[in-house]
Amino acid sequence: MADEHPLLPLVADGLQFAIAGRPIIREVSFTIGSSGRTVILGPNGAGKSVLLRLLHGLLQPSGGELLWGSLTVAQAREQQAMAQQHPVLLRRTVAGNLFHVLHVKGVPRGERQALVDAALQQAGLAELDARAARTLSGGQKQRLAIARACVLRPAVLLLDEPTTNLDPAAVRRVEELIGAVAAAGTKILMTTHDIAQAKRLAADVLFLNEGRLLEHAPAAEFFASPKDPAAARFLDGELLG
Amino acid sequence: MNEFSSAVGSALSMIMTLDADLVEIVLLSLQVSLSAVVIASVVALPLGAVIALQRFPGRRGVVILLNALMGLPPVVVGLLVYLLLSRAGPLGPMGLLFTPTAMVIAQSIIVLPIIAALARQTIADLHEEYDEYLRSLGCTPMQSVATLLWDGRFRLLTAVMAGFGRAIAEVGAVIIVGGNIQHSTRVMTTTIALETSKGNLALALGLGLILVTLALGINAAALVVTDAARRRYG
Repeated sequence: MADEHPLLPLVADGLQFAIAGRPIIREVSFTIGSSGRTVILGPNGAGKSVLLRLLHGLLQPSGGELLWGSLTVAQAREQQAMAQQHPVLLRRTVAGNLFHVLHVKGVPRGERQALVDAALQQAGLAELDARAARTLSGGQKQRLAIARACVLRPAVLLLDEPTTNLDPAAVRRVEELIGAVAAAGTKILMTTHDIAQAKRLAADVLFLNEGRLLEHAPAAEFFASPKDPAAARFLDGELLG
Repeated sequence: MNEFSSAVGSALSMIMTLDADLVEIVLLSLQVSLSAVVIASVVALPLGAVIALQRFPGRRGVVILLNALMGLPPVVVGLLVYLLLSRAGPLGPMGLLFTPTAMVIAQSIIVLPIIAALARQTIADLHEEYDEYLRSLGCTPMQSVATLLWDGRFRLLTAVMAGFGRAIAEVGAVIIVGGNIQHSTRVMTTTIALETSKGNLALALGLGLILVTLALGINAAALVVTDAARRRYG
């Protein structure tokens, strides 16, 4: 699978990130070769969102190396998209948010409507195309953010806690959309602190705590018998800190 | 009191009957101030956006200067434009002094820093919210500016209205570079000043009423548009 994907394997070697000398990510190393869904799991403050931003090039590492296949982070970003925990939706209609991406990326005008229609259809938002994006419900906003990120079918989709503060029905619809995007061939890399969600979605898990990568394993193996004691305690519902 | 009542009555009569002189002065005022605001906006909005987004040496100084220029004394601007356009000045051969064009130039200079400074703050606030998304999308600086200007368009309308308010109420600069010439460069504010000094309170009062109504009406319209947009687009 890995050799078919343009941005895999993703290799992080001794990745570090610090703010004002305070380490946030500490010597993190891993290799992700599978094109399945990778979940970065850990408690709040573990450094998950920071790691995701480093992988996407929104933050510059203080040390270490990162390669997406044979590409640097900056080169790889062209083939990636990211949806934030709190989606930043433009002050435009639902469809207008997607048209903006296509305009920025220089997609010919004649091709835009079909791409927008397909992405909104997939996200279950086709009926809401003329609604103001910022008046949508939380779940709809998150699905719009994912649809917008996927309108050009990126090779990798990075999702930062995509279902935070959503009710179970909205969580289910967002997870279904993530599943559909993954099934269409997009590599998913997402963060969550929700163990149940990680169990539902992950093919492999990176367990992060206090900026350290404590375990990287296939999901079935990780949830059945975590090797790291902190991971085991976290899965048992203990509060890490 | 009688004189005041009589003046108000005459003023209202001039407004109701659309007195030719009154209409001419009002139209010229609108033409000059709207032209100045459009010209200033074309420069000030992108300028405000660029200053909000770009990091360059001396940027803080530019921001301080821009904010300080919001309080630029109109008579000083009038004097500078007069010197530029007077026969001995560098732009004298163009023959623009004492024309509406000279008044547009002066008002443009006065309102440009107001619109740019307010736009900078608006765009900076919006950029703080949009920054990560725009970088993730790989927007060029020009694309970022265009996105922020478009998404901030209703809030920027307030900045433009503030500029218009300053322009339409301005008297010091336009009287210096326009000369307050009847049927040529006489606008509402200069006419009010002149007619009051002559004791012709009816025309002065009529123009005063129109000026206040225009200012209130335009700002009310801007508020309605901005509120509607906020409800519509969030």
